[in-house]
Amino acid sequence: MNIASFAPLAVVLPILGAALTFVLIRHSRAQRAVSITLLALTLLLECVLLASVWDGGTAAVNIGGWLPPWGIVMVVDQFSSLMLVVSSTVSLAVLVYATGQGMADGDQDAPLSIFHPTYLILVAGVSNAFLSGDLFNLYVGFEILLTASYVLMTLGGTGPRIRAGVTYVVVSVVSSVLFLIAIAMIYGATGTINMADLAIKLADLDSGTRMLLHVMLLVAFGIKAAVFPLSFWLPDSYPTAPAPVTAVFAGLLTKVGVYAMVRTETLLFPGDSLNTPLMVAALLTMVVGILGALAQSDIKRLLSFTLVSHIGYMVFGLAMSSVAGLGAAVFYVAHHITIQTSLFLVTGLIERRGGSSSIDRVAGLAKLSPILALLFFIPAMNLAGIPPFSGFLGKLGLLQAGVQLGTPLAYALVVGGVVTSLLTLLAVARVWNRAFWRKPEDAENPDPVLLAAPEDSDTGDRAGKRNVTLLPRTMVGSTLGLVAFGVALTVFAGPLFRVADQSAVDMLDRSSYIQAVLGENAPVPPIAQPEPAVPQPEGAQPEGQK
Amino acid sequence: MSVNLTLLTVMGALYACGIYLIMERSLTRVLLGLMLLANATNLLILATGGYAGLAPMFSKDTDPRDYNDPLPQALILTSIVISFAVTAFMLGIIYRTWVLARRDEIQDDVEDIRVAETPSFDAEDDSEIPVETSEFPLTMIGSDGRGISDSGVSGSEDGGATVKAGDHRIRAKDAAAEEQPGSQNVTPGPEGGVK
Repeated sequence: MNIASFAPLAVVLPILGAALTFVLIRHSRAQRAVSITLLALTLLLECVLLASVWDGGTAAVNIGGWLPPWGIVMVVDQFSSLMLVVSSTVSLAVLVYATGQGMADGDQDAPLSIFHPTYLILVAGVSNAFLSGDLFNLYVGFEILLTASYVLMTLGGTGPRIRAGVTYVVVSVVSSVLFLIAIAMIYGATGTINMADLAIKLADLDSGTRMLLHVMLLVAFGIKAAVFPLSFWLPDSYPTAPAPVTAVFAGLLTKVGVYAMVRTETLLFPGDSLNTPLMVAALLTMVVGILGALAQSDIKRLLSFTLVSHIGYMVFGLAMSSVAGLGAAVFYVAHHITIQTSLFLVTGLIERRGGSSSIDRVAGLAKLSPILALLFFIPAMNLAGIPPFSGFLGKLGLLQAGVQLGTPLAYALVVGGVVTSLLTLLAVARVWNRAFWRKPEDAENPDPVLLAAPEDSDTGDRAGKRNVTLLPRTMVGSTLGLVAFGVALTVFAGPLFRVADQSAVDMLDRSSYIQAVLGENAPVPPIAQPEPAVPQPEGAQPEGQK
Repeated sequence: MSVNLTLLTVMGALYACGIYLIMERSLTRVLLGLMLLANATNLLILATGGYAGLAPMFSKDTDPRDYNDPLPQALILTSIVISFAVTAFMLGIIYRTWVLARRDEIQDDVEDIRVAETPSFDAEDDSEIPVETSEFPLTMIGSDGRGISDSGVSGSEDGGATVKAGDHRIRAKDAAAEEQPGSQNVTPGPEGGVK
């Protein structure tokens, strides 16, 4: 019995947790214990999965014993298991943070009893999307995580959250409809929705049809991943949600979109047919996103724009379709999930300590709360790509791959990447200068809590907020843990980069994936050439054509 | 693969109406649009199954080529359930919007408007206004937001206020007239274009 056959538990455990926390909805202590325990178990399982494929090798599980390509398969390879481990680590940290916030504040702003089950369903959806070896199951995974995210986005039902939620829901539903249309068309053209089977059968289609299907999938995933010009919805909707929710959205949801794009580009539609438009989109995403960040004065909105901007780096790595580029992109995704989430968690703490997340109204935090300054400074420098942090290593890998490619567009992207990195530094330095380095008295109409609370205090009882812990230990602890995990990504960047590169080799080669799903004898078609494919006489007629 | 033309036409109409409706600002219409889009997609999936055939695996004697493809129907079932959940949630949100704002419309983002209104450096507003050298300095009067009568106006002996214009003074009410669109030098039209 293979260890990988336990992979479906990564989806089942969180859903079980969701069911249990629904039952325990009136017992918040038990609810907390159940959700944290089950998420920790999931993380443990995923670490075992990652260890089992660490040295290469791909394993597939047939759900319910139905053989592929008819049944649903789940595929564990290096990329998916790495994503699982990073995403579960991040989710666990955010869960602990949210629990701490709930214990400190009570249920007013974000009803915690609803939060736990919904959050676990979100985690299950993310795991399902990462593991799915079937296009429709990927769609179901997306829908599970999106439906959970609708609830989390509008938690508490306040005016701004409802307003942001409407935009978010409508945009997500439209992208899901696009994805479903693409699935229907793919099924109509090939008669299968198993991804490994599609990798073989899509190669037989004529290039026009293939291009249409390819573009439809990329547009659907591009909306979810917030690639410019499909990114407009993100900075509008993310900042209004509760801090832990924004953090987990920023870390995970867009990356699931990027993951799906990577699978589309490598497994389903290999070759370089759309590399040029993807590169242009990557450049625009980077530059437009970061310029948007510079215009903001609210830290959450600023971070949302940097999130959009840095999606561009991943698309850049993907668009090069070289081992170096794809490997760097895989590393960058892992790095960015961690860093972006930690920054949003710190922003939640800034909002508690300073009473606002606007950089005009918050000042002097470096003096008022040195630990907060430290927690912000490390991931901020990491995001901007200052050596020796993992952000620097990831960007360096991408730039090297770009220079290796050597086309004028690749050089343009290299320059764009460096400029974006510097502008990111400018954006986070603005936050640092205003929120941390100014004198506390310089804040423009500050919240009373900023000045009234004594230095280094973590309770707000003198600040007009009675008995509210400003910086609860659980929240600071979980943020600290995530920042430490980000630093660990830097320390262990060597092995991590090796795994990322090897997963890139496997993904571009495709044979291990296809053979893991369809058996040792499955034919691996050569990468489709740009010229129209000749109809193959021995090619099996697709099932749908009757 | 043969396709049912009626279904295809209905699908096209549903898509067209759905896309039209989601462009609206009214949330209820957007919701209706999303429902139409979802149903149009269900028809599209149905169409990928090919022509209507016999029920699959119902009896062993049926030739497999006469089967209807069952997979698209399974997919439709799943997507119906999902769109049902999303529709229910959207209705909840719309009701909440109505409770909070008494409006069934998408509202503008306050922070967006604030960022959009943040003044950047405006050469006309921010730089020093140079010394007036124009021959027609009167156009500057009132441009700072104050009334005509406040700027450079001094009482004079004939009762009416005068305004300095270049190197001579004119009566303030004439100056005020010059601020109005249209000119007193133009003969009034039949309807009396000038006040």
